[in-house]
Amino acid sequence: MKSSKGDLIFTICNYTFLTLVFVVTLYPFLNVLAISLNDATDTVRGGITIFPREFTFKNYITIFEYDNLITGFVNSTLRTVIGTILGVISSAMVAFTLSRADFKGRKFVSTTLVLTLYFSGGLIPGYMLMRDLNLVGTFWVYILPGMVNAFNIIIVRSFMDGLPYALQESAKMDGANDFSIFWRIILPLCTPVLATIALFIAVGQWNSWFDTYLYNGSDPSLTTLQYELMKILQNTSISSTDPNAYRGTEALEGAKNVSPESIKMAISVVTIIPILIVYPFLQRFFVQGMTLGAVKS
Amino acid sequence: MEIAKKKAHTYKPIKNKKSFWGSLIHQRYLYFMSMPFVIWVFVFNYLPLWGWTMAFQNYRPGKSMGEQEWVGLQHFIMLFQDERFYLVLRNTLAMSLMGLILGFTVPIVFAILLNEVRKKAFKNTLQTITYLPHFVSWVVVAGIVTKVLSSDGGAVNQLLTATGLVDEPIQFMTKGGLFWIIVTLADLWKEMGWNSIIFLAAMAGIDTQLYEAAKVDGAGRLRQIWHITLPGIRPTILVVLILSIGHLISIGFEKQFLLGNSTIVDYSEVLDLYALNYGIGLGRFSYGTAIGIFNSLVSIILLFLANGIFKRFTNQSVM
Repeated sequence: MKSSKGDLIFTICNYTFLTLVFVVTLYPFLNVLAISLNDATDTVRGGITIFPREFTFKNYITIFEYDNLITGFVNSTLRTVIGTILGVISSAMVAFTLSRADFKGRKFVSTTLVLTLYFSGGLIPGYMLMRDLNLVGTFWVYILPGMVNAFNIIIVRSFMDGLPYALQESAKMDGANDFSIFWRIILPLCTPVLATIALFIAVGQWNSWFDTYLYNGSDPSLTTLQYELMKILQNTSISSTDPNAYRGTEALEGAKNVSPESIKMAISVVTIIPILIVYPFLQRFFVQGMTLGAVKS
Repeated sequence: MEIAKKKAHTYKPIKNKKSFWGSLIHQRYLYFMSMPFVIWVFVFNYLPLWGWTMAFQNYRPGKSMGEQEWVGLQHFIMLFQDERFYLVLRNTLAMSLMGLILGFTVPIVFAILLNEVRKKAFKNTLQTITYLPHFVSWVVVAGIVTKVLSSDGGAVNQLLTATGLVDEPIQFMTKGGLFWIIVTLADLWKEMGWNSIIFLAAMAGIDTQLYEAAKVDGAGRLRQIWHITLPGIRPTILVVLILSIGHLISIGFEKQFLLGNSTIVDYSEVLDLYALNYGIGLGRFSYGTAIGIFNSLVSIILLFLANGIFKRFTNQSVM
């Protein structure tokens, strides 16, 4: 069928607009990458777009001289690995019990969980609780509070609901108990959805900085990568946009810690790289997981 | 293995009786697998609610409940007399409503336009790229936004000066009036692609025969979108609207914290940050908690308000 003139105009406008979206989304990333690969003193002249002007890896080497960044990297990796493992196990277990229509405690468990989606105690009571539990100033404050997450459980549960119940019945016939059914039959079948929430949890853990700021800000041995990056970026964000914004002592104080633009961008790139590595492998999973989770709840 | 088999059989009668204790024993594995986590949720999600009592005391850390001095609504009265509070409330409402409106509509439009793309490769590339910012931390995004908008060599200013729209670079990050827009657009940049996933999935489920029939009837692309695509994703739109209204409660403060600075604090401070500065920064836990409680109340009122409007227009309820 021949397309009309109106359709042709629509198509042209659409492609133009979407190309614009493409450029606007991608450009900042390429810009950051280019600056991070550019000589630090040359960057000050400005005007770097998507290609470095004086190519160098020096910025990336310089980063390793920041002691806190190494500690931060180790802590971020640790919290990501431990947090993800514990989070996935807990979500899978709870989701399994919720997917069992015959489970007597189901209503109670699901109500308790779903309610948490709609309220929270707030910043200060949360902080006081962590203090009372002696979690402030420890590594575990990164892991424990968010370990059981209702949203992830809902996603896994709706996936499990799609599995045929006959599988469990026949296993039961063979004498398997509920735990071994979960462990040997359900878990292996849930790989796609578990990969999805693993990605969610891992990204959340890797990206979080506020808990470090709130609970462990004064302890350099418990610092995280994002928190260090935050400090470095925040230190100079004003003076780089407006030299006159900070006057007097504050400006001098800030100027001492100013890291060159290229170094800052190099650190940013380092924090994005782990995500870029896992992203392509998991993309098809999370699209499926998102759709499922959102439609169900 | 033999023994296990026998055991499974002996439990059968208990299940039939359906008594509470019987089911507890019969389904013990299920209880073992969920109860520890319920306790967990109770400790980390429900116990902080108990902390709300702090707002009605002159809370002193380290003292027991009985030793605290109860002061009634004193902290709330102080709050309502504080001029700064109204400024912060205005910022919170402005940013959450702007975020709700744009964050809800733009992903729909984007998904519709993306759905009209016939070139598979282009579509896939665009999807991959636009999902990506969702996975990047706000710390990095704030850094990127500051960089792109900076007055010395930021891409936006370069573009504006090169096209002659402005004579000298605009200092975006020091203009309070622009802060709300910057935050909203930054959020849009980060989440638009991600939020469009669900609409694209819904569109994939629309019967292609409908489009064929419309084409035969001479409907153009825009008419097809209006009469087939939009009605087709209507249920999904409603679900997402429900979710995003629900999210009003957690408007967050990350972006405001990271993008804000001391020159525009009158526009960037939101209730949570205000609570943080007073409560933990100055050690005024009770006052900070009162702010937090007020924040929750505002969110719930917004939720009911949105629900009321929603009900009026669609005859469906959010909650």
